[in-house]
Parts: sequence; C-alpha cells; structure tokens
Amino acid sequence: MAKTGWDEFEIGAMLRTFDGKIDDIAGTIQENRAYSQNSSFSASVSDWRIEKPIFSKDFCIDCQFCWIYCPDISIISRDKKMIGIDMDHCKGCGICVEVCPTNPKSLLMFPEQADEEAELAKWPAKQAKEK
Amino acid sequence: MSEIKKIKNLKEFSTSADRFEGANLLCPGCAHSIIVREVLNATNDDLILSASTGCLEVCTAVYPYTSWDASWIHIGFENGSTAVAGAESMYKALKTKGRLKQPDRNPKFVSFAGDGASYDIGFQWISGCMERGHNMMHVVLDNEVYANTGGQRSSSTPIGSSTTTAPAGRVSYGEQKNKKDMVAIMAAHGIPYSAQVAPNKWKDMVKKIQHGMEVEGPVFINAISPCTTEWKFDPKDTMHITDLATDSLVFPLYEIIDGHELNITYRPKDIVPVEEYMAAQGRFKHLFKDEYKYLIKEWQERVDAKWAYLNRREEARV
Repeated sequence: MAKTGWDEFEIGAMLRTFDGKIDDIAGTIQENRAYSQNSSFSASVSDWRIEKPIFSKDFCIDCQFCWIYCPDISIISRDKKMIGIDMDHCKGCGICVEVCPTNPKSLLMFPEQADEEAELAKWPAKQAKEK
Repeated sequence: MSEIKKIKNLKEFSTSADRFEGANLLCPGCAHSIIVREVLNATNDDLILSASTGCLEVCTAVYPYTSWDASWIHIGFENGSTAVAGAESMYKALKTKGRLKQPDRNPKFVSFAGDGASYDIGFQWISGCMERGHNMMHVVLDNEVYANTGGQRSSSTPIGSSTTTAPAGRVSYGEQKNKKDMVAIMAAHGIPYSAQVAPNKWKDMVKKIQHGMEVEGPVFINAISPCTTEWKFDPKDTMHITDLATDSLVFPLYEIIDGHELNITYRPKDIVPVEEYMAAQGRFKHLFKDEYKYLIKEWQERVDAKWAYLNRREEARV
C-alpha cells in the first residue's frame, strides 16, 4: 500500500476488507475470498512466536476442539477435517495443544527453529492410562 | 437466509467460514477472539457490528489493517452500543419506507464491548438501548479489568484482585468492592433475553447467541474472557481457567427470559472449590498469605449463596 506521511491520515478512515464485491461472505471460505491489502489476513504475526505447534495427522480424530478454541483462526479445517496450521497467523499460545484430547497429542509445541519432519519422525508413542 | 444456522456438533460448526481474521494484535491466548468467533459463526446472516474502545477495538483495527469481514464501526468508548442501535433504527426506517435495496436480507446488529465500556463508561448508553427496545445484541467481553490501558480496576473487578489502581501490598489486599451484577441490572429493564456465557461451553454459547439473534428486542450477553496479561496466567491455560471459572460457579451460566424467567443452563458435575480457581491466577497470589485467607472463605460463601439464589429463582419461576 502507498506510504502516507504522519500528517496525511484521513480522519474517520474506512477500510475495505475485500477487493471488489462479495455477496455472501459467510458462505465463502477464506481461499476463495479476494482479500484487500487492508485486511489483516494479508499481514503476518509469525514473528511473535517463540514456540510453534506441529500437527501430526496420525492420531488426529478431527474433534475440532483446536479449531473452536484457536484465538487466531490459525487452525485450518475444511470439510470437517483438520488439515493444518496457518503459520502466518499463529502466535504460538499453545491452547490447541492443551485442548487436544488424543493420546498421544496430535499437536505439540516445539521451539520455533525445530525441524517439522524430524519432530514428526520421533513423535511420542501412546501412553498407558494412569490409574 | 434468515433461517437459523443448523449447528448440531463441533464438526458441523467447523465448516463455518470465519468472518474475523487472524494477525490481529490481541495477546497470544486471548479469549476475546474465541468469543468473537463463536458469536460471528453462530449465524450466516449479514452482520452490522461495533466495538467500544478496549482491547478488542485497538487490536483489530490498527490502521491500515482491519480484522473484520463485516460492516464494523468504532466511535467512542461509551457509544458502541448506540452506534449499532442507530444503524438498526435506520434499517427499520428504510424498511418501512420500502427503500432497502435488498429487503430480503436479514442483518443482525451486534455490539461488542469490554467490561469497562459496559459496566462503567458505557453503562448509561447500554441502559438506553435496552430501554428503547432496539433489535440488537450487546456482548460484553468481561475480563474484569481495564486490560487495554494497563490493568486498572473496573466495577467488574472482584474482591481481592490486585490491579494497578488497587494494588495488593502492605496495607491493602487489592480491590475492596465486589463485582456488579450486570446481568440482573439488564434483566431488570425487562428485556426479552439476557444471559451469561463462557467460551469453553461453545454449544451453550451458540444456542444462546442464536436465540438472542432470533428474538425481537434488545439482548444482553455477558461472556467471561480470561485475560492472560492481567489475570497473570500462562497463555496456554486460557481454556483451563475458563473451565475452572464455570465449574467453580464463580461464573455461573444462566439465562433470564423476559426479565424474570431464570434458567440455569450449565450444572457442573463436580463443583471445584473457588480456591482452585484463585490459585491458578497470579492476581490472587497474595490472598494465600495467612492474614488474607479469610477472603477466600468469604468468597466461597458468596459463590455458594449466589448459586443457591439462582437455584431458588429457577425453581420458583419468578
């Protein structure tokens, strides 16, 4: 977007989220929306993270707890399946890991520089129930 | 379009297309956006939204960005609710005059505000909206403190909580006054629906929001929103704290229909002691010193009394 000087801001600014007309937002998934540069969807907060979540498909039961409790709309669910994490918008809070009910957890937090494939290869095994 | 969205289970709910975007500047682990998402996803209709000054407003509308995919306005600290009420009045007027371009669309009017903008600063404005009977919903994101400006006390702050304007120290145990019962005040306006909701009980929340959107007249919703920064807990524990709040009955979930008919919508299987809820948060740390332990006991008594009162009211149907 064009650079504006400090004294050139509009008073009472109106920002448009989409380029062009969109009639049914609630029926259009994010991939099909034409976001404008003013939507925070086009921005990134990935540099906030100290730890990042890694998702292992093997144990996921698609309960969608992570989807509903994600504060940053970073869990991508399509057709009732959890398909991945939106790393541009994830702030690394770790709620998804806490609410994951599977054994072992399908989501775990790792340091930001951790290698995803290496961590997936040594994913913890199922733990026996404590009684 | 004006049908109620069918949400049977979480899998079905997860097919919703979010109208609230990421890369907003809310703290990691903030419950505000969880509540906002649950409210917005509860309907497929068009939305006309406002937010009063507070965390939600400053973090979702950082020029040149906006995180909202619906019509959204911010004016002042106090008048988010009246802004939406005005839009609703205009909509009604245009509809009667037959000047709406798409009269079959059925927009929903929702205003969001923090507890500061609802319990204190915007109180008169909200009261006016409820009294005038606008067809709108006011959602309070109740984090029990002015979190945006650095943690000053609000009239929603509970006794014993340490805030920056009521700090705990050698002479004081923090906030001295108890939380205002806003839902009862709003219900006393005789509005068709007022309720308390919590983000961890999403099904209860969606049901209440959908009922509130269908009903004709003003609706007041009070949602607990644990604040990682001011309540001083780890961001990952947001849902755990909310669970503790609802299970210890510090934040009971109920609804009041037409200002008198009270229904309790969530009864915890195992009631957790209030002490456990307080121990999980840094803002109550000082209360575990010997000289302040009586406050925890008092709080437990208050919570029990309130729960008994709610049960009695539900039974008596008054």
